[in-house]
Amino acid sequence: MLHLILFFIFAAVCIAGAVNLLAQSHPINSALSLIVVMGSLAVLYLLLGAEFVAAIQIIIYAGAVMVLFIFVIMLLNAGVEEHSGKSYIAWFVGIPSLAALAGLVVYSLLLHEEQTGNTSVSSISNVGSVQAIAHLLFGKFLLPFEVTSVLILIAIMGAVVLAKRGES
Amino acid sequence: MLTYIVIAAIKSLVLIHILLGAVAYTVWLERKVVGRMQNRWGPTRVGPFGLLQPIADGVKFILKEDLTPPHVYKPLFILAPLLSVVLALTSIAVIPLGGQLPLGRWSTGLQVTAAPNGTSDINIALLILLGVTSIAVYGIALAGWSSNNKYSLLGSLRASAQMISYELSLGLSLVGVLLLAGSLSLRDIVTAQGRPYEFKHFLWLPHWFPHWYIFPQLIGFFIYLVSAYAETNRIPFDLPEAETELVAGYHTEYSAMKFAMFFMAEYANMFTVACVATLLFFGGWSGPIPGFLPPLAKALMPLFWFALKVLVFIFVYIWVRGTLPRFRYDQLMAFGWKFLLPLAIANLVITSLIVAVLS
Repeated sequence: MLHLILFFIFAAVCIAGAVNLLAQSHPINSALSLIVVMGSLAVLYLLLGAEFVAAIQIIIYAGAVMVLFIFVIMLLNAGVEEHSGKSYIAWFVGIPSLAALAGLVVYSLLLHEEQTGNTSVSSISNVGSVQAIAHLLFGKFLLPFEVTSVLILIAIMGAVVLAKRGES
Repeated sequence: MLTYIVIAAIKSLVLIHILLGAVAYTVWLERKVVGRMQNRWGPTRVGPFGLLQPIADGVKFILKEDLTPPHVYKPLFILAPLLSVVLALTSIAVIPLGGQLPLGRWSTGLQVTAAPNGTSDINIALLILLGVTSIAVYGIALAGWSSNNKYSLLGSLRASAQMISYELSLGLSLVGVLLLAGSLSLRDIVTAQGRPYEFKHFLWLPHWFPHWYIFPQLIGFFIYLVSAYAETNRIPFDLPEAETELVAGYHTEYSAMKFAMFFMAEYANMFTVACVATLLFFGGWSGPIPGFLPPLAKALMPLFWFALKVLVFIFVYIWVRGTLPRFRYDQLMAFGWKFLLPLAIANLVITSLIVAVLS
């Protein structure tokens, strides 16, 4: 019962943050709304029993990635943006495709209601524990995991090369 | 479920009051100790030994005019100090202060997030602490940006860069302890320090010798201490508020209670750092309990040991403040990235090799 109440509260906060992200005209307000979205997503993961993923969501996304966003906005001193409200693409392509997507999600959820509706938190609570994730990462998915780390290393080296090239 | 929430709320209320009281008297202690180190008296006028000085300071902060300069971005200007103090107080919730506290017929775990049976707690407590630390940078960053003042902005830019740089070595320095303990739960880590070391066959230790993780993880402890000082923006890493260069850094435009909130947040963060160091490296609340004490005093002895160890760390903080000069900014960055981070990675590799060989 408490899980359900908390789910609805944080799902509402998440959606409100996402809408606010688009509605705000100042970049720093938008970035802060994105942090709210990340935070409430972390709570939703926690409610699903994925405690490690929830903590990592906070540390990596809300704590590191978004700090860099805010940092860049502060450094560039980005000002208020004006909403033009004149985009025809938004009116004639964006809104219909959004409605179609929402309809598709609702339809597929309703279609498999007996499967999705009966998944209880307690039955899956072991999936998100630190041990379970470690077993998956270093057992079944070892190769993708290591390849991803090499990819990140390449990205870091690329950033260093680009930064050094401007200096000389 | 409802009783559990009510008990947790009562515990939080008590804990927050104790923490804020401790924060106030840490300021007094700091002024006294730094005063003695510089051959002065420190506060002496209000009460015996200046003991009522924190109360006088508090009254002053509350009664002062709360100025909001006209050029600030108001919503974030108000949000920033609130965010700082709330996050600083949040992290104390996952910290276990002792085992069980017996109160007549029933007993309760000395931790806000302790499980109802009191013997276990959430098993991601340390990750929550790191998460709260990583979010805490927003209070400072937003304070500097919303003040619309170049000194504030420079201070908060420095703070953001410094905190995300030292967060890496802070996190990595703790992994060595986690490898030895095999758990992320702070309670389990303290319990694990009651067990003898895995490598006890290789060296002779007297039976009373405490099996704290400071001894196998001395390098890890050094890295933790240095990066934690940088995370809490204390001397020698207090560049975000370097008063000789930046007026007062990110809190230049703040006055009265809003300034006091930043102040409280900084000292509450010092307490969190001291608590984590005590739990991870110094055996938490473990310590000798004399047999001749009455039962209630025996039950309170772990709390006493915990408080004593935390107090030692707070004293070291003040001692360092009275001793070391401030880093230059490029020195700070070079130290963090070129020395601490490689050292932390080397410590991690060596620790995991040893753990793997011994198991």
